[in-house]
Amino acid sequence: MNLLTEAKTLINENIRDYGMYIALLVIIITFSILTDGLFISSRNISNLLDSAGYIAVLAVGVMLVIVIRHIDLSIGFLAGFLGAIAAILLMQVGMPVYLVIPVILILGTIAGLFTGFLVAKVGIPAFVATLAGWLIYRGAILQVTEKTGTIIVQNDTFNAIGNGFIPSIMQVNGLHLLSLLVGAIGIVFYIYSAINNRKNKMKYNFDVVSKEIFILQLVFVSSIIAYITWILSGYNGFSWTVIIMLLVVLVYHFFTTKTVLGRHIYAVGSNPEAAHLSGINVSKITFLVFGSMGMLSALSGILFTSRLQAATTTAGTLFELDAIAAAYVGGVSAAGGVGKVTGAIIGAIVMASLTSGMNLMGVGIAYQYMIRGGVLALAVIFDVTTRKKGK
Amino acid sequence: MSEYILEMKQISKEFTGVKALSDVNFKVEKGEIHCLVGENGAGKSTLMKVLSGVYPFGTYEGDILFEGTVQQFNKINDSVKAGIAIIYQELALFPDLTVYENIFAGNEVKNSGIVDWNRTIVEANKMLNKVNLDVNPETLVKDLGVGKRQLIEIAKALSKDVKLLILDEPTAALNENDSENLLELLGELKKQGITCIMISHKLKEVIAIADKATVLRDGQTICTLDASKGEVTESLIIKNMVGREIDDIYPKRSKKTFGEKVLELYNWSAYDSKLGRQVVKNANLHVKQGEIIGLAGLMGAGRTELALSIFGNAKSYKLDGDLVIDGISTALNHPNDAIKAGIAYVTEDRKGDGLFLIQDIKNNISVANLYGISKNGVVNQNEEIKVADEYKNSLHIKASSLEQVVGNLSGGNQQKVSLGKWLFVGPKLLILDEPTRGIDVGAKFEIYSVMNKLIDQGLSIIMISSELGEVLGMSDRVYVMAQGEIKGELQIEDADQEKIMQLATL
Repeated sequence: MNLLTEAKTLINENIRDYGMYIALLVIIITFSILTDGLFISSRNISNLLDSAGYIAVLAVGVMLVIVIRHIDLSIGFLAGFLGAIAAILLMQVGMPVYLVIPVILILGTIAGLFTGFLVAKVGIPAFVATLAGWLIYRGAILQVTEKTGTIIVQNDTFNAIGNGFIPSIMQVNGLHLLSLLVGAIGIVFYIYSAINNRKNKMKYNFDVVSKEIFILQLVFVSSIIAYITWILSGYNGFSWTVIIMLLVVLVYHFFTTKTVLGRHIYAVGSNPEAAHLSGINVSKITFLVFGSMGMLSALSGILFTSRLQAATTTAGTLFELDAIAAAYVGGVSAAGGVGKVTGAIIGAIVMASLTSGMNLMGVGIAYQYMIRGGVLALAVIFDVTTRKKGK
Repeated sequence: MSEYILEMKQISKEFTGVKALSDVNFKVEKGEIHCLVGENGAGKSTLMKVLSGVYPFGTYEGDILFEGTVQQFNKINDSVKAGIAIIYQELALFPDLTVYENIFAGNEVKNSGIVDWNRTIVEANKMLNKVNLDVNPETLVKDLGVGKRQLIEIAKALSKDVKLLILDEPTAALNENDSENLLELLGELKKQGITCIMISHKLKEVIAIADKATVLRDGQTICTLDASKGEVTESLIIKNMVGREIDDIYPKRSKKTFGEKVLELYNWSAYDSKLGRQVVKNANLHVKQGEIIGLAGLMGAGRTELALSIFGNAKSYKLDGDLVIDGISTALNHPNDAIKAGIAYVTEDRKGDGLFLIQDIKNNISVANLYGISKNGVVNQNEEIKVADEYKNSLHIKASSLEQVVGNLSGGNQQKVSLGKWLFVGPKLLILDEPTRGIDVGAKFEIYSVMNKLIDQGLSIIMISSELGEVLGMSDRVYVMAQGEIKGELQIEDADQEKIMQLATL
């Protein structure tokens, strides 16, 4: 009895955070029913996550840009352009892949820092500065692919990033062993940090949920991780794309919640004037966020080129808007100061699930766009109304 | 007897429990220049907002009679139609439009719905003549100085057949020459039969120009002085402005021993290039260790600007002069430099530029000193909670937990969070800008007690305050500012309300 009321108030109070997860669950269940379980099949989930990868990493970066009250439109074509550069370095220059990847990431960071310079030092509105970048990088892709057209990448190591899977070590009953291990480590790590967190909160008399609810939460999240692991292990296991995504989430989650710089980002986002008067170097933070955005654009370009095994003339088209949409579905606030890394990733997965599910059902592309637009609008309406209720 | 153009009878106005005006009576005769004087928060601006319809009919009590008939203004346009125009201190012009577009903005010269620009320019020229302003009407307003902009505001008002012109601190931003021009113009307008109400802090101007002066204090009319009877004098005005009872709510400090000078300013000037004027002029000041310095003055006197110029030049003014900290001449180029040098600044506008309202208490307290509780750039969150908890207890911050969002706290508790944030950086010199504005008496007393405790621990404090009682009750020494200058320094034994007000209205 008590448990039920507590669960209710908990959901009521945190509806904004939980809303996304609930929406994702509803989407998954709906599509699974509509496609007779095809949607939830190992192969489809694996493909879905792989196709979400290059948007998801962009969404994490642009989420932080939106948190500090800016925007970046250039990221799509920057990703496309850097992907093309990667292909050129690999195929035409003959640079080894272990050099290409860091070079591309550094180039991306430099491009991002330059945007940061325009915004923080020259004082150009981010919308205009990055719109200029959008045009420039679009032209740049066309320029570098002009003679050759599509550049086919014939490098197995590079192509594995977007298509390959982590090695299995051995198969157990047809399941992927290393993937199972990764999943198990994930569960242990999650349970450990959740218990640790709860202990700390109790030590300082913070409000914590009751023991029963807490165990329920642990079981719930653990079983989701276990289920995804099990599904993926039934196919080829964790792909390199999923591993990279997980790493980005881990690093950025840690960075935004535990480090001084991460905290400064949110301070700048929630009140730039107060942040300045608190001794925070606002332009340094702006540089940092745009620099990270550039690096993640480069990563996105690598993921996409590798997935296609080719650099095309139109690579990167509309990535920026998909990423921004994912960030908003993930609960970032245009007013600044609010947004989570986990939210951005879930937002990207929600959008990818919609595409995947509708593809399986054979929904026409026209309706797909409209439905995705509707979901974006709904997500933001939900966010705005729950925020009002909170105050 | 001459007739009254305006009678405001028994006007009362309340803001969620706080009486801003109570039974104010205010009468203005036709064709006179009537000055409205009083301290900050005396109710002058509120009264004018009631008159102009910013606070619509029904949100206040009492009657407004304009030209003999009762008026019920529901919006600003209603009062404009009746012939009342207000010119605020922050001018409401469009900088990127021309002079003639500005004069007729919202009142366009039209032929069946289409704007007649040629006639607009002709009409604009007529209005410019009336205010003795010789500029090309096609000039952009942003290319004009503040003085001329003020005149364009007046021209704009005249274009609407104004009968009663209200000026809120018209000369606050003007230099002496421009001020004189403006006052002269008001004299001329008076001859043309326009009645004028002027709110001013500069008593010299009031004495020079006023036919009558009404003094407001704490939302009440104190008296109306008549120049023809020789009543508009500095001493009479000041006496009526400051006659407030001072409650004995200021806790006593145990010891008063002062150490070395921690901060000295020599010929300190600050130029704001955005406003295009000098906000601090030739200030000389020092603070000794263990001292509370009161920085008194009226609104717009340049006290906040002085604080910001010291606090790492937070607004990027062009600075001139010497800033000496602990005997060493120093340059502070960013608030972070100031924090490192041991200076903390608690802002006046808590919600605007002090706190992070959407974040919780813990984050607000730690934000200025996160590096102090981190290792290799990673925040020690246990340490953070411990520190925040200490300040929550020692400052008696009332909240359900450290995770409560600061935007939901009361004003007094928000101020304590601000204090906690700045105490956590471990300052030697604390600058408090209006530390008790908008908080209740109980919380005020707590803030004063904290200040005394900090002094006992060896800190020094500069307290910017517009409340004379607070300045006299808490300070060891008082500087009075007006128009960006330090007009005087008073030892606390010699200071009283009249003396401070006299310097503040120079």
